[in-house]
Amino acid sequence: MISEHLVDLSRLQFAVTALYHFLFVPLTIGMTWILVIMESVYVMTGKTIYKDMTRFWGKLYGINFALGVTTGITLEFQFGTNWAYYSHYVGDVFGAPLAIEGLMAFFLESTFIGLFFFGWNRLSRQQHLLVTILMAVGTNLSALWILIANGWMQNPVGAEFSYVTMRMEMVDFWTVIFNPDAQAKFVHTVSAGYTTGAMFVLSISAWYLLKGRDVEFAKKSFRIAAAFGFASICSVIVLGDESGYTVGEAQQTKLAAMEAMWETEPAPAPFNLIAIPNEAEMKNDFAIEIPWVMGIIGTRSLSKQIPGIKEIKEKNRERIISGMGAVTALDALRKSPDDPLLKKAFDEIKADLGFGLLLKKYVTSFDQVTPEIIEKAVNDTVPRVAPMFWSFRLMVGLGFLMLMIFGFALLFSVKGNFASKRWLLKSALYALPAPWLGCELGWFVAEYGRQPWTIYGVLPTHLSVSTLSVNSLYGSLAGFIGFYTVLLIVEMYLMIKFAKLGPGSLGTGRYANEAGQLAHA
Amino acid sequence: MLDYSTLKFIWWLLVGVLLVGFAIMDGHDMGVGTLLPFVGKDDVERRVVINTVGPHWDGNQVWFITGGGAIFAAWPLVYATAFSGFYWAMLIVLWALFFRPVGFDYRSKINNATWRKTWDWVAFGNLLLGVPFQFDDHLVSTYTGSFWALLNPFALTAGVVSTAMITFHGAIYLMHRTVGDIYRRTQRAMLIFGSLLLLTFSVAGLWLWLGIDGYVISSALDPAALPNPLAKTVVRQPGAWLANYGKYPATITLPVLAYLGALLAMLLAVKGRTLAAFVASSLAIIGIIGTAGVSLFPFIMPSSTDLRSSLTVWDSVSSRLTLSIMLWATVIFMPLIIAYTSWAYKVMSGKVTAAYIRENEHAAY
Repeated sequence: MISEHLVDLSRLQFAVTALYHFLFVPLTIGMTWILVIMESVYVMTGKTIYKDMTRFWGKLYGINFALGVTTGITLEFQFGTNWAYYSHYVGDVFGAPLAIEGLMAFFLESTFIGLFFFGWNRLSRQQHLLVTILMAVGTNLSALWILIANGWMQNPVGAEFSYVTMRMEMVDFWTVIFNPDAQAKFVHTVSAGYTTGAMFVLSISAWYLLKGRDVEFAKKSFRIAAAFGFASICSVIVLGDESGYTVGEAQQTKLAAMEAMWETEPAPAPFNLIAIPNEAEMKNDFAIEIPWVMGIIGTRSLSKQIPGIKEIKEKNRERIISGMGAVTALDALRKSPDDPLLKKAFDEIKADLGFGLLLKKYVTSFDQVTPEIIEKAVNDTVPRVAPMFWSFRLMVGLGFLMLMIFGFALLFSVKGNFASKRWLLKSALYALPAPWLGCELGWFVAEYGRQPWTIYGVLPTHLSVSTLSVNSLYGSLAGFIGFYTVLLIVEMYLMIKFAKLGPGSLGTGRYANEAGQLAHA
Repeated sequence: MLDYSTLKFIWWLLVGVLLVGFAIMDGHDMGVGTLLPFVGKDDVERRVVINTVGPHWDGNQVWFITGGGAIFAAWPLVYATAFSGFYWAMLIVLWALFFRPVGFDYRSKINNATWRKTWDWVAFGNLLLGVPFQFDDHLVSTYTGSFWALLNPFALTAGVVSTAMITFHGAIYLMHRTVGDIYRRTQRAMLIFGSLLLLTFSVAGLWLWLGIDGYVISSALDPAALPNPLAKTVVRQPGAWLANYGKYPATITLPVLAYLGALLAMLLAVKGRTLAAFVASSLAIIGIIGTAGVSLFPFIMPSSTDLRSSLTVWDSVSSRLTLSIMLWATVIFMPLIIAYTSWAYKVMSGKVTAAYIRENEHAAY
């Protein structure tokens, strides 16, 4: 049997490396379009300051990009190294978008980033702008394919289990691509990236303005960031709602946990603005409810019900019991694959196969199953409520905070007096960590909320791991933490150094701080 | 849609193409990285060396990433078994990769490309020996070997072959892009590593012929069947790794190409015809990787502890639909990738000199 310790360490390692990777990704996604905007203005107006803006913000973007790529390779490796059974079981479906991402997007982005930095003197203005645009397109396509893969983990459509090959196999590629979960996730995630890029430029520009240096450069950057950021954060919030809607259809469990909905409320269900969830007694000790709101967000109707946690667990209990039959039928069928009766028996209940596999966390053979074990497995099917509930609310709160900051930034940009509003500049500066925190919380909700599954309803997390020793995991986890800490220190050092140097680091002679500094990145 | 057995064979070729692409593209910049401390004697010279690959290494690295993705999609069982079985070797490869952005982008002197490339091939050398893993009824793989067992003499020889190959190839590229002292030093390195390549490639071949038992499928096997690695039987036989050259004599062109390509590349490089030499050393890479692939065929990853668990081209692949979709994706995008990569090299072509570094003080690495 697979030790729980091994599973926990494997999950921890994936969580650490994935969350770390996503410190760099959203900035890359957002900055590419900001660079496109700045360079387009340069090409259209011919004003050198916009070229300097593209090059300076591009320099910071480059420092970030290098680590985004490097830490992304870790994630690709990790499916094979630490999640071998997962890779076998769903590689037929999950591997394809990853490979296509490489072919269609990652090559594009990585080839043109070289020309973006080194091609200024060798390309015409229009050619260089084209390079920047292709780099941005590549980055966003890359996010699309990764989120198609991730969306399939949340809502595994377009695939079927094959008892001969013992794995999920793709039956409809277009269904996998146009998975509503994947599409909603893509738009929500890239918008969050655009917001991150905008906040980055807004904060650092605000800092220059507070210091009273490189004022013209900072003002122009601030305005672009304010407009782009406002549009982006609106899209994050509106399309985040869309994401909630699709979650409601495919993953009611996640929704119920996120909202601390223990009971199935009469439609339209109320929204718990604040609650103190009590896991043991399956109720909220305290809650402030807003009537109707949850029902409308979750179902887009006034009459459809949203199932609560208790109801979901009862349904899952039935599916686990049926799933035991499915696993037994599968084993019989694999021994005599040509028996049509066995095949028919398996086909009737194979939809519950994944639920039967949940019991493998506790027993090697189903003779050992007791009512207590079934109870444990049933309880496993809903993630812990409190972390879901609070992470989600914190994420949404950060979203609205950023909406206000970008809203005021845009308002005073239009009025033209933002540079004298020190409270606005200070808020923009201190809000710098907000988008990163929001992104990390969002991924936590998405991935923790899918537990106990790696592929929802199909493959339990517990079975997905590689059969490694616990010591190997301690070793590799220590290695990752060590390397990643050093890389983060180097990255932050460079980022802060160049942010402090400002556009003077381009060595054009037009900006502050140009004397005696180390110029090349 | 093509029939299943044809698709399986095409994907064996395509994985080969991706590995060759990786070795030619990422190989030359890793080779340059390896040579860096030996051919660049001061900071300006080192910057010249780094800037020959500066605009391109990021794109080249994607060959590695896409190769991994393609193996995941086309050979999921191989991906799962190899990456988890070679856990520590894979992590060392990965961690060595972390040094590149720090070494290149962040202007430090750390560079561990060789180290990493060697590991790739130590893993490959182990494939020819067989790898201790097995599957249970639900195809859960268990690896029973230790990390240190990977470090056996034959595998290390394979590691040296690969290091020599990419350093040789990188040296030719570096000669193409530099002048003066760096050019002369690199030429010397090129001759050394070219000779080492020819020597170790020959040693590995003899060893394989005389000293290592190959694997043979001993049961009837239907290439069009749904993949199930446990459905066959396998035996070990002396000399079996060379059997394909007897069965398909045309494949002998591959080892011949390896020798001729390497010799021709050395000759052309000495004559200063560096671009032609680069083409020749690329042909040598095709020959070397092709030789390795044909020797193993149809095996991809033989199991030494449970022979029938061995993974082959026929029974460790994805479904027909997935292979077919992936084939289309490759057919559409590979020519585009080659086209824009060539354009990027063309834009940045020409010699990198100390003067170039001075002119681009604020943009170059």
